[in-house]
Amino acid sequence: MKVFCKKIWLSMAELLQFIFSGLTVGAVYALVALGFTLIYNASDVVNFAQGEFVMLGGMTTVFLGLAGVPLPIAALIAVIATVAVGAALHRLAIEPARGAGPVALIMITIGASIFLRGIAQVIFDKRFHSLPSLFGSEPIRVGGAAILPQSLVVLSGAVVIVVLLWVFIDRTLLGKAVIATATNRLAARLVGIDTRRIVGFSFAVSAAIGAVAGILVTPITLTSYEVGTLLALKGFAAAMLGGMGNAIGAVVGGILLGLLEAIAAGYLSSQYKDAVAFLVILVVLFAMPQGLFGRANVDRV
Amino acid sequence: MKVFQRFGVTAVVGLIGLLAVAHQASAQVKIGAVLSVTGPASFLGDPEKKTLEMYVEDINATGGVNGQKLQLIVYDDGAKASEALTFAKRLIDEDKITAMIGGSTTGSTLAMIPVFEEAQIPFISLAGAIQIIQPVRKWVFKTPHTDTMACEKIFADLKRRSLTTIAIISGADAFGKSMRDQCVAVAPKAGITIVHEETYGPSDTDMTPQLTNIKGKAGVQAVVNTGFGQGPAIVTRNYRQLDIKLPLYQSHGVASKQFISLAGPAAEGVRLPAAALLVGDKLPENDPQKLIVEYYKKTYEQRSGGQPVSTFGGHAYDGLMILVEAAKRAGSWDKAKLRDEIEKTKGFIGTGGIVNMSPTDHLGLDLTAFRMLEIKNGDWTLVP
Amino acid sequence: MRALFYSRLMPIAAVAIIAAVLPVYFPSAYYYRVAALVFVYALAGIGLNLLMGFAGQVSLGHAGFIGIGAYAVAVGPTHLGLPTWLSFFAGAALSAIVAFLVGRPILRLKGHYLAIATLGFGTLLSIVFTNQANLTGGPDGMSVPRLVLLGWAARGSETWYWISAASFVIGAALALNLIDSPTGRALRAIHDSEVAARVLGIDVAQKKLNVFVVSAVYASVAGSYLAMFNGLITPEVSGFLRSIELVAMVVLGGMGSIVGSLVGSAVIVVLPQALSFLHDYEHMVLGLIVMGVMIFLPGGIVPSLTALFAGRRA
Repeated sequence: MKVFCKKIWLSMAELLQFIFSGLTVGAVYALVALGFTLIYNASDVVNFAQGEFVMLGGMTTVFLGLAGVPLPIAALIAVIATVAVGAALHRLAIEPARGAGPVALIMITIGASIFLRGIAQVIFDKRFHSLPSLFGSEPIRVGGAAILPQSLVVLSGAVVIVVLLWVFIDRTLLGKAVIATATNRLAARLVGIDTRRIVGFSFAVSAAIGAVAGILVTPITLTSYEVGTLLALKGFAAAMLGGMGNAIGAVVGGILLGLLEAIAAGYLSSQYKDAVAFLVILVVLFAMPQGLFGRANVDRV
Repeated sequence: MKVFQRFGVTAVVGLIGLLAVAHQASAQVKIGAVLSVTGPASFLGDPEKKTLEMYVEDINATGGVNGQKLQLIVYDDGAKASEALTFAKRLIDEDKITAMIGGSTTGSTLAMIPVFEEAQIPFISLAGAIQIIQPVRKWVFKTPHTDTMACEKIFADLKRRSLTTIAIISGADAFGKSMRDQCVAVAPKAGITIVHEETYGPSDTDMTPQLTNIKGKAGVQAVVNTGFGQGPAIVTRNYRQLDIKLPLYQSHGVASKQFISLAGPAAEGVRLPAAALLVGDKLPENDPQKLIVEYYKKTYEQRSGGQPVSTFGGHAYDGLMILVEAAKRAGSWDKAKLRDEIEKTKGFIGTGGIVNMSPTDHLGLDLTAFRMLEIKNGDWTLVP
Repeated sequence: MRALFYSRLMPIAAVAIIAAVLPVYFPSAYYYRVAALVFVYALAGIGLNLLMGFAGQVSLGHAGFIGIGAYAVAVGPTHLGLPTWLSFFAGAALSAIVAFLVGRPILRLKGHYLAIATLGFGTLLSIVFTNQANLTGGPDGMSVPRLVLLGWAARGSETWYWISAASFVIGAALALNLIDSPTGRALRAIHDSEVAARVLGIDVAQKKLNVFVVSAVYASVAGSYLAMFNGLITPEVSGFLRSIELVAMVVLGGMGSIVGSLVGSAVIVVLPQALSFLHDYEHMVLGLIVMGVMIFLPGGIVPSLTALFAGRRA
């Protein structure tokens, strides 16, 4: 009996560990997906440079830190710098191509991500870097599993950001303007909203979210000039899973994707964990072509 | 007519592209290098490129070799085998190189071997897998230790500590997989049993699920992690996070002091086989490699802008120096004579070890070239 | 009617003439290789162009089909003992079958969802190629035996230049033929408005599936050529980044323009070679070029430039 109980306890502990792992990774995906959603909502553009915002946040902080700047200030500067990059991306690359089709716009963001990676490789370097965790690296032991305090920081960071966004959208005039722009750009302009500024603003906020995500996550996942690509891919997948354009969907999609990967790695095959995640996404999309929380698209005929 | 416009556009764009790859002629000796400077293997290619550039500059500053200066032509294949092949052809057909040092990854190297064999140009590879020199090919040599040797070194140490059942967690990249395959192949002969295996993607950021499975497997006495880049650092951190007390062995893909700073306190007690380059200051005075490794370490760290020395850069150094020494012995840059002299390299003291090549051994290193290191108090120490 | 047919095929004839004459300017075998690669990727681009430019769908996983074609000519001779030419056709057939099976459910999705689904599919294939090491040689890939037809071995950049150029011309002619056929017109109708097309009685799902299968076969052929030409194949040929490169080729060159596939391919293949002297700055410049082209020539290079010339004449 004792052996049996121990076995159950151990499997529970294992499952819990997988869940912790999934939540940690998933929170990163959630933040990236949130960034995607913000920009998409305001401008119908899928911004593949989103991953580079995360990279810039982490790498800039690391290098400023190496240059002697105290970390909190370095982090602040990094966020501001990334916001500037996001705004510049909008003003210099997206705005001029306003009339182009969606594929052209996506291609521009892809070009931007290549460009940003190229700059990063020159300004920074090609090695991996880390940042110290906010609360130390001693893991917290819960039910036989271990979770890093930084994971909790990332998770709560994601929650805080979602709440802040919700408050902003719901309670401020600027937030309402963003919703208006997202719903119907022409109508928003007719009521006097400067949609160009709103879209630029959403790029800036997206960049800020990405940068904060990068800073919070680097103590766990390490950073280098190349981390953006895979993150953008996974973040995009998470956003689609949750339903494009839905902020809650983005967060849920991200966490779900992380959990899927961890469970697949733990119980099925660590080689195919990415495959399992994508397979599940495919199945979900086949059953629910709008994603989990997406609105059904009504085509005007 | 619309047609001719399309014609014109196509032609113009095409010709601009092709004309842009024009080259200039030069009377210097051309040494080609195809390295993975960007992309997933930039961890390997970047120090290699920096090293080659540094030392070609130094050699030229002292007058070159055999009265001729060297011109280094570096191309970046981004760890893509097809690009490597294109650049190899470019080096041979366009740049007309005399010798080649490069191929940061096994994939790129294997892709380029046929063209260099056909063009009869000496090719010193910087990649790890044993297939590069086994079977021995006339024009192909290599400087890094093989992954087989790494496995043998690790297994020998395990036996010494009376640990015989292990688990392997490997990166799904070429380096990690190749070494894992070699470990599986040599394990029976070394008396080691592998009872569990896990893998992780090279860009993965959390390996706790895989390590949890290893932790839960009964009878595992030690864990070996084959991989390179950030993966091993994360595995090591997760290892400590999960409070796994079993001995952990890393591979030589870990390559530099940066691993210790990334893995943090989790790195305590981790062992790995590595070139003497990493422990230059810990070598006894009479160690034949001491001078060369300290010299290379100092030079690299100074001139790379403070980056920690890496064994991958060391392999590039060895490759270049073997080539230069061979050219000096041959007295000319004739490709066939060069090849013969490279094959006759004996007693060459490099960062990777003491090289003794022969017609049947185009690597020239034996197990003593690998030292077993252990991380103590945030620094490397030699395991006696 | 015939005049229309001829004027459609003229750009292809122009390309054929250029392809025949260009080698005169090649100083060495290296140029043959680059040009051959341009034609091979352009071939895959034709298929993707049919799917994206004409039928208005999107696929971010097409490199997966390239991978199927490439591994077919590797696995066939090595593990199954099949002659290379047979493996080549088997690869194309396999791609067609996979596209048929996967296409039906996937093509029900629209826009970004379709993009992510195709991306997922391509990634799945890429993961299989990387991990099924006993079959595919794993991350280091496997070598590909040379194509041997009736005792003559196809080797060398020059041979493959002619093979790929000829295949591109034939493939382009077939594609143009398709575009002018009732199927092609149906595709263009679907691109403009799926609802209207359905109202006109077009079986939208069927047509979309057909073009998906055709584009998969083009990609598979290109993949087989790539493998036979290089003599080896690695899994990254089917990876996500390659799919993006393929889409970039089509978009940069001009969606809806078959010759545009060639221009786009030339840009993507030649640019890294041409920019190699920039070393560390290469990616920066590459990114700037991609952004610049899309901002100033949003329709793609060929359509925008032809519109420019046409505008001037008027």
